[in-house]
Amino acid sequence: MSARAETAALAPPGSWRRRRRLVTPAIGGALATAYLSLVVLIPLAAVVAESTTDGAAAFWDAVTSPQAFAAMRFTVLVSIVVVAINIVTGTLIAWVLVRDDFPGKRFVNALIDLPFALPTIVAGLVLLALYGPKGPAPFDIGFTRAAVALALLFVTLPFVVRSVQPVLIELDREMEEAAMSLGARPRTVFRRIVLPNLVPAIAAGAGLAFARALGEFGSVVLISGNIPFKTEVASVFLFGQIESDNTAGAAAVSVVLLVLSFLLLLLVSWVSTRGADRVR
Amino acid sequence: MNPSTPLLAVIVLLTAVVLAACGDSSDSSSGGGKLSLVAYSTPKEAYEEIIPAFAKTTEGDGVEFSQSYGNSGDQARAVIAGLPTDGAALSLEPDITKLVEEKLVAADWNATPTKGIVTNSVVALAVRPGNPKNITGWADLVKPGVEVLTPNPFTSGGARWNVMAAYGAQIEQGSSEQEAEDYLQKLFRNVVVQDKSARESLQNFTGGKGDVLISYENEAITAQQKGEKLDYILPDETILIENPIAALTKAPAKAKAFIEFATSEPAQKIFASKGYRSVIGALADEKTYPVAPEQFEITKFGGWDAVTKKFFDPKDSVMQRIERGLGVSTG
Amino acid sequence: MSASGRASRLTLRFLALGYLAALLAVPVAMVFYKTFEGGIGPAFDAVTTPSAQHAFWLTCLMVAIAVPLNTVFGIGLALALVRGRWRGKTLVSAIVDLPFAISPVVVGLALILVYGNAGWIGTWFAENGIRVIFSTPGMVLATIFVSLPFVVREVVPVLREIGVEQEDAARTLGASPAQTFRRITLPAIRWGVAYGVILTTARALGEFGAVAVVSGKIEGQTETLTLFVEQRFQAFDLAGAYAASVVLALLALAVIGTMTLLDRRKEA
Repeated sequence: MSARAETAALAPPGSWRRRRRLVTPAIGGALATAYLSLVVLIPLAAVVAESTTDGAAAFWDAVTSPQAFAAMRFTVLVSIVVVAINIVTGTLIAWVLVRDDFPGKRFVNALIDLPFALPTIVAGLVLLALYGPKGPAPFDIGFTRAAVALALLFVTLPFVVRSVQPVLIELDREMEEAAMSLGARPRTVFRRIVLPNLVPAIAAGAGLAFARALGEFGSVVLISGNIPFKTEVASVFLFGQIESDNTAGAAAVSVVLLVLSFLLLLLVSWVSTRGADRVR
Repeated sequence: MNPSTPLLAVIVLLTAVVLAACGDSSDSSSGGGKLSLVAYSTPKEAYEEIIPAFAKTTEGDGVEFSQSYGNSGDQARAVIAGLPTDGAALSLEPDITKLVEEKLVAADWNATPTKGIVTNSVVALAVRPGNPKNITGWADLVKPGVEVLTPNPFTSGGARWNVMAAYGAQIEQGSSEQEAEDYLQKLFRNVVVQDKSARESLQNFTGGKGDVLISYENEAITAQQKGEKLDYILPDETILIENPIAALTKAPAKAKAFIEFATSEPAQKIFASKGYRSVIGALADEKTYPVAPEQFEITKFGGWDAVTKKFFDPKDSVMQRIERGLGVSTG
Repeated sequence: MSASGRASRLTLRFLALGYLAALLAVPVAMVFYKTFEGGIGPAFDAVTTPSAQHAFWLTCLMVAIAVPLNTVFGIGLALALVRGRWRGKTLVSAIVDLPFAISPVVVGLALILVYGNAGWIGTWFAENGIRVIFSTPGMVLATIFVSLPFVVREVVPVLREIGVEQEDAARTLGASPAQTFRRITLPAIRWGVAYGVILTTARALGEFGAVAVVSGKIEGQTETLTLFVEQRFQAFDLAGAYAASVVLALLALAVIGTMTLLDRRKEA
């Protein structure tokens, strides 16, 4: 491998090198945290502050109102379903794109990121045109809960795929080959050797997909019908609150969703670290 | 990938940002010869013709316009948050009132001959070509099996006209307030899609969903002009939709001149060609824009302030109770 | 390969491609179809108007600023998270993904709360005549915000996967941290970085909600391509909306194509 050749070609001395080794990641971490704070934490703090402007009672009312609760519950449930599907299909697609070969594979690979680049309103429009009332599909799921799931599956498609792909590419195949030469079936090899290595990547992709699904607005708002208590997602409910000048209430519901996502992301983060350590 | 390249790119682009920022902040909206207009989405085509027409007048000669179109409520909030503008043409009065409260618009903005209004329209019922379900009025909308489309009145300020038209129609027919509210409850049970704005509502209607769309006459006409396949009927009882326009307090005198122009005959004729009802009585065309036998206005219910509080308050109001009632019956 | 091995490989391929066809390929094909339904001429006209051209360049500017920034800091943070030893790593890791969990509606609200006229930082800006919100800098901030996590998330698993052996070997041989990074780490994580950049770019291209709120939607000035698409939709010009979407899709494909080309040339 070229990296080894590089290693050998590098020049010697220096006793101050060991000190620099620990300092550089620390400085990097500090800088990155500063960037994070400026870009992410300050706006988040503003939302939290806004949610408390009317007092704790108003916060509680906003969050426990039946419509808010219904919207949040629906959003969380459909997001979980969508992420579960993505974990399976994303890993499958990443596997096929990395390990398989067929004409047009590079083209298919290039398509995967399109759900991000396409404006969400266009995503909603075409999905409705295809799978809605006047669509060519033999079924009509327009303005149903299934339509929400469909839109979310579309916009979260790239996450798990693109998280797993780079790890699969870098995966050292020696263990797999050893196991196969010892007579293990491909399914066992995958389950016992490959999959554990992929868990952190899958978890990372799943976390991102869940976060996106929770907050998705543009593609869902057209295709879901937005019926309160049935197909209204949290972001549409929030939009309604902001439009009706209840920004504090909107911020309150948003904070609850944020806390929920944060807890889940913490869990994912912990699983990834633990999983990675266990494998090594 | 050479690692120093991204770093170089960052430096170059940060410079670009700074330059862009300087460039934009020198882009004043009220320097001599420049006006900016913030409006809701629908009259864009009309203003695209009115602005050049204004440029041909003596007051408008040489004036450069910057325009912004979007959801009326969003635009109002943007102006409050600092979006510089000279004129605001929004979808309903409460959005201008917000600007008045922030002292961005003078309290006497509507002390004009047209009471601050630049265009009118009415609530209409859009149906499939040929009206296959034979919709003739509000009573048909609550029949079982009829699928109604109307935007969500909490996300679409404009959709509130629809609700008040439906409610007011009941009152006009002699119902009590409670009966009118019950009608609204029955109506919303038949609403199968509550889009976030009128345009999406129309899109979903032409996309094949629903039997009748509660819309504005001017939206239905614009849609037809653009080749969309729908008809519309004017119910006997409907509300007069009034769209306001106001100059900001910090705007130059030309802004007021533009508003006067917008309410004058040449501009009103352009509006009329785009489906709006003119505010100039003499231009009223009874054939294209018939007056409904029972046409009422928002003043009938005490004006927008009272109506917003009673019907559309997000914490407790008639519509809030109705939306909640939907959940009880289907949840 | 055994017969059953081949069969299962084909099954997997069929399943994956079938899913992609129904969910992705057909809808994207539909976008292209609807764009060119009325002919190439009208579609071309729709995206070459002055507003459309300005929107195109503005979008490119957003991407050109947001992507390198997020890439540099993404790699830095990924290194710090995986190789560094400091407290609060799990916390920071979770915070990085948060921009996503916020609905774009609320992102716009948050940015206005901070950078608007009456905002925390915005008040100072307004007093000093610097326009951040309703201008390009505000839009850049929104774009950076929503596309922040990708490079970090792509690089972290790869960094974990490759392990520290070679980096340690290089250091025992006397390489400086910078040399180790440039010669060992970076080539090893290049696929993670590449995919991170691709995702960040695609996301920055397609962002609508948050940018819509902070842009002011001033025609010919603060309209990106996604805002242009929305504007065309509002004007009943669906063909134009689709045409602009096709431009966005082609931009994304161009980025992926360039990355693939760059990598192939390096290997050759």
